[in-house]
Amino acid sequence: MAGVGMKSALYRQSARRRGLAVAALVALAALPLLLQAIGQDFYVSFAARLLIFALAATGLNFIVGFGGMVAFGHAAFFGAGAYTVAILAQHGVTSAFVAWPAAAGLAALLALGIGAVSLRTRGVYFIMITLAFAQMIYYLFISLKTWGGDDGLSLPARSGFGPLHLGDDAVFYWVVLACLAAVLFLLDRIAHARFGRVLQAIRENESRMEALGYPVAAYQLACFVIGGTLAGLAGALIANHGLLASPNLLHWTQSGTLLVMVIVGGVGALYGGFAGALTLLLLEEALAAVTGHWHVALGLLLLGVVFYAPRGVAAYLHGLVTRRQNDD
Amino acid sequence: MIQLILEQALNGLQFGLMLFLLAAGLTLVFGIMDMINLAHGSLYMVGAYLAAAAAAASGSFVIGVLAAVAGTAVVGALLEVAVLRRLYARDHLAQVLATFALILIANEAVRWVWGDQPMLLNAPEALAGPVEIAGFSYPAYRLLIIAVGVAVALALYVVVAKTRVGMWVRAGASNREMTEALGVNVKRLFTLVFAAGAGLCALAGALLGPLLAVQVGMGESILILAFVVIVIGGIGSIRGALAGSLLVGVVDTLGRALLPWLLRAFLPAEVASNLGPALAAILIYLLMAAILFWKPAGLLPARG
Amino acid sequence: MTEGLLEIAGVSRHFGGLRALSEVSLSVPEGEVHALIGPNGAGKTTLIHQLSGAQTPDAGTIRFAGEDVTRLPMHTRVARGIARSWQVTNVFTRLSALDNVALAVQGRQRDWGGSFRFWAAVDKERAIVDEAAMWLAEVGLAGRERSIAGSLAHGEQRQLELALALATRPRLLLLDEPMAGMGPEESERVVELIERLGRKVTLLLVEHDMDAVFRLADRISVLVGGRLICTGLPDDVRVHPEVRKAYLGEDVA
Repeated sequence: MAGVGMKSALYRQSARRRGLAVAALVALAALPLLLQAIGQDFYVSFAARLLIFALAATGLNFIVGFGGMVAFGHAAFFGAGAYTVAILAQHGVTSAFVAWPAAAGLAALLALGIGAVSLRTRGVYFIMITLAFAQMIYYLFISLKTWGGDDGLSLPARSGFGPLHLGDDAVFYWVVLACLAAVLFLLDRIAHARFGRVLQAIRENESRMEALGYPVAAYQLACFVIGGTLAGLAGALIANHGLLASPNLLHWTQSGTLLVMVIVGGVGALYGGFAGALTLLLLEEALAAVTGHWHVALGLLLLGVVFYAPRGVAAYLHGLVTRRQNDD
Repeated sequence: MIQLILEQALNGLQFGLMLFLLAAGLTLVFGIMDMINLAHGSLYMVGAYLAAAAAAASGSFVIGVLAAVAGTAVVGALLEVAVLRRLYARDHLAQVLATFALILIANEAVRWVWGDQPMLLNAPEALAGPVEIAGFSYPAYRLLIIAVGVAVALALYVVVAKTRVGMWVRAGASNREMTEALGVNVKRLFTLVFAAGAGLCALAGALLGPLLAVQVGMGESILILAFVVIVIGGIGSIRGALAGSLLVGVVDTLGRALLPWLLRAFLPAEVASNLGPALAAILIYLLMAAILFWKPAGLLPARG
Repeated sequence: MTEGLLEIAGVSRHFGGLRALSEVSLSVPEGEVHALIGPNGAGKTTLIHQLSGAQTPDAGTIRFAGEDVTRLPMHTRVARGIARSWQVTNVFTRLSALDNVALAVQGRQRDWGGSFRFWAAVDKERAIVDEAAMWLAEVGLAGRERSIAGSLAHGEQRQLELALALATRPRLLLLDEPMAGMGPEESERVVELIERLGRKVTLLLVEHDMDAVFRLADRISVLVGGRLICTGLPDDVRVHPEVRKAYLGEDVA
């Protein structure tokens, strides 16, 4: 039996990876300057969008990968965050210091309610119920005329963030990057803390944790709420990005897209959400440039991921590389 | 007023029966294979498109419906053999990703073949007008849907409750290992169940075609309603699917018709006209939450 | 008569038409090692399920340390001091032995929000890590801290399972066939361990190995067909006519 070489499945971050993370952060921070230098300013906005989706997917990955709950209603929290910012702006509240925490807070409350009911069930039921509740939020928003109905609710301008002028795409990008980096750092801490350990162990063996005296459902609910809160923050950012809280953000395909990002990027990996958002959005851009029927290509690629790279694209590529090294 | 309620109740019954056609196949797939299949709605869409195309080509609505049912059952069987069979042993995440991919492919493929514009599917001429029942008039075509729905529900009940295949299916839904131990060819049974479920989807899609738009994406919104039905009724239970379908159909339809009107009695007109549709839209989800709260396994669960 | 640590009164449990337990009543005083024996399918594990909280009885009450725990969920019962081991090994197979036990130790922490702590690294909490290592040593797994639980030998996994249960610091330990599937040497180690444990906590032991049962138990109860047919000292149970007829008759004779 293996055993000596195997590592405990509890999540541990090595010093080397931490160094890589800092290097990646510096590179990402320098990106807008680089793009401006080569005259491709348009892509700064695209990069910001990518990071926002990375944030939302990271929140979902915390629920799915860390908490072991296959939640199919993340769009509800994402959209609720966006609408909170837009509705507040409609009433003259434009400070990010108020609007963004409000968006995250409302998403957290929503996650608490939906999670409390959904967590009474397991497995396939849980997937369907989170999906149904998200759809309920969707219908709620599109049937309320005061909040823009099918058209969504537009923002007059980006939120004010003290002296920072978020109207500038590069500045906005940096703020988004700062949010994402802070969240990743926080989740890394959580993973190593008592709470993170409990979640990982619940994913491994739920009934055993119950028998060790842990109220499993309470921990899962807390995890669900944390993931939802992050989606709310991402929603606040996406509303600022496009100056619109669109019902599309609440649509169930949005939940599906985020879940696809998580699976493609790597379920349960800290950077899985980021890797997935990067892969999927870049792929979308590339495929859409080549063919009008890019959905078929994307669907076939996803089927390929399911059958040939079940642990995500990053793990698959890593496996290819190490296999080749072993062959040499 | 009474007439409005009666008419809406009939509409609700009709909608509920169509939901049942979708939910019946879905709940068996969930129950027997413990598998989440998001692409079930795509079969409904494919069925509606096939019906519209076949009806246009042959000039006969009946031929359209029959061709849709047969064609979609074949598509469903092929899908099961080619893709879904390989997913039964996988975790729910893999199933979600794969069937989500199938939706993308199906939607795009339909767009490819039939274009972006919604297709027209007309009800047969003879049933275009209203008929008189109990003193008020009701569209004849909707009555036909109700009749077909009741007939199929009864037939399904007989097949599942009385026949040998039905016994296997029930056994499979409540205890899969036991069924395999009995020597049933589970693989073929799964394909059969799946093809039958696809055929029922197509029937619903074809019958609803003249009432709703035949367009890309039509499968997804009704799929989520079918989920609600299954959750309410209990996974793997045909009786549960029937009860859930009728409940959802009637509550949703009556809610949309009556809630705005009811609210106007208590609230200012402006608030009521804004709140009414919103409340009606989320009514069945609140119903689902309430049922889940009291009975987490659904109203008529198949297991224990 | 004073109330025992565990008081089971008229507990019944049905599965569909099957009566798995019929009006079982039993009192286990603090400090006793109580063995529960009976043929396969007699309802022994079902009784353990009712006591641990994995299932709730259809009728009857279970009192623990003077409190009615019949309807309490499992995790609350663990906090009250009832721990269990499983007939089929149930550990975190992908975690190291030390991480396994550390989780059990951590589950007892009630300081600063217990396990709702989101910042400080638990690896650096010496108190938890040290205590986990201590429990591993206690069950004879010193030196195996870093091994992945799933790669341990069967007997070692059973020992780890005991360490997990012990680390919750129970007052009552429910052991469901702790020697199941073990070779004679491993069994002997576990019997010695249980002998040591018996001096510290109250034990309710389900076991098929009659040598071990008669060596360990202060008192024995016999469950047949969901009914408790007798409870008594080992020597009394050995000669009890109904027991010989219903159960021992198959083995002894």
